[in-house]
Amino acid sequence: MGFTEDQFTDDQMIRYSRHIILPEVGGKGQAKISAAKVFLIGAGGLGCPISYYLTAAGVGRIAIVDDDMVDLSNLQRQILHSTKTVGIPKVESAKGVLEALNPDVEIVAIKERLTPENIIGYIKDYDIVIDGSDNFPTRYLVNDACVLAGKPLSSGAVLRFEGQVTTIIPGEGHCYRCLFEEMPPEGLVPSCQEGGVLGVLPGIIGTLQAMEVLKLILGKGDVLKNTLLIYDALKTNFRKVKVPRNPECPICGTNPAIKELGCYEANYCRA
Amino acid sequence: MKIRLNGDDYDTKAASTISELLTALDINPMRVAVELNMLIVKKAQYDTTPIKDGDSVEIVNFVGGG
Repeated sequence: MGFTEDQFTDDQMIRYSRHIILPEVGGKGQAKISAAKVFLIGAGGLGCPISYYLTAAGVGRIAIVDDDMVDLSNLQRQILHSTKTVGIPKVESAKGVLEALNPDVEIVAIKERLTPENIIGYIKDYDIVIDGSDNFPTRYLVNDACVLAGKPLSSGAVLRFEGQVTTIIPGEGHCYRCLFEEMPPEGLVPSCQEGGVLGVLPGIIGTLQAMEVLKLILGKGDVLKNTLLIYDALKTNFRKVKVPRNPECPICGTNPAIKELGCYEANYCRA
Repeated sequence: MKIRLNGDDYDTKAASTISELLTALDINPMRVAVELNMLIVKKAQYDTTPIKDGDSVEIVNFVGGG
């Protein structure tokens, strides 16, 4: 469905005026933002700032998938949730705040866990996928699904004081497996629950992801294709690591071993 | 031997392979990916991949939290 700039209401012209005044955006760019559909995995530390800013920006439809409930220990960083929403599904807590912020945006709340069976059916209707998940099985599942479905993917991750961001454009640049070919052994790399995270860190990484998504929608600037951006919060250092496409990559290489979504979670596969 | 490690100058001292470098840095090879002169090194080749003077090495942590 197209969306043209002459369809904006007077209120929308005011709401998005600071975008529209930018030569790189203009009415046409805002119309692209308003027509865009993004699929966000996770309503946690990364998913909150990502969806907050993309909702403010007026992205047409944002689906958020997360099967978790709001916990008091989330509130030090997961800024969409509040003391009042502890115990309710994160996607419902997020939806309430986002709809209040901008009724132009359609928020699709999906309280489920992504699986090899359901992910392609979900992402096929969206333009861009955003990974703000908190575990490696989901990260590999999302990467592989995006490569197979040809969907651009903004991937972000945080732990303790370190954050990473990259943008994966299947067929054009690297994918997650070009750098990290196989999942780390279970239990070796801690989660934020186990290792901790300074609450502002996912805010910084999540807003970088939101910026990458808006640039993809607008077709402006350079995204983090073939590049991993690493942020060291303690040293206040940003480092870009070039990640070339790996011809031997098991999913996006010249002769990929992975041709369909297989098994990502030991528990899931035993079931 | 002088290399560039994660963008900074680094003296490898006795380390002459990727494995020895990781050992010297007290890094578990299962927790990282290693890039040598912009090419990903397979884990199975850490023991046999030499590092030479002037090489550029990037060691990237697995980070999975959200």
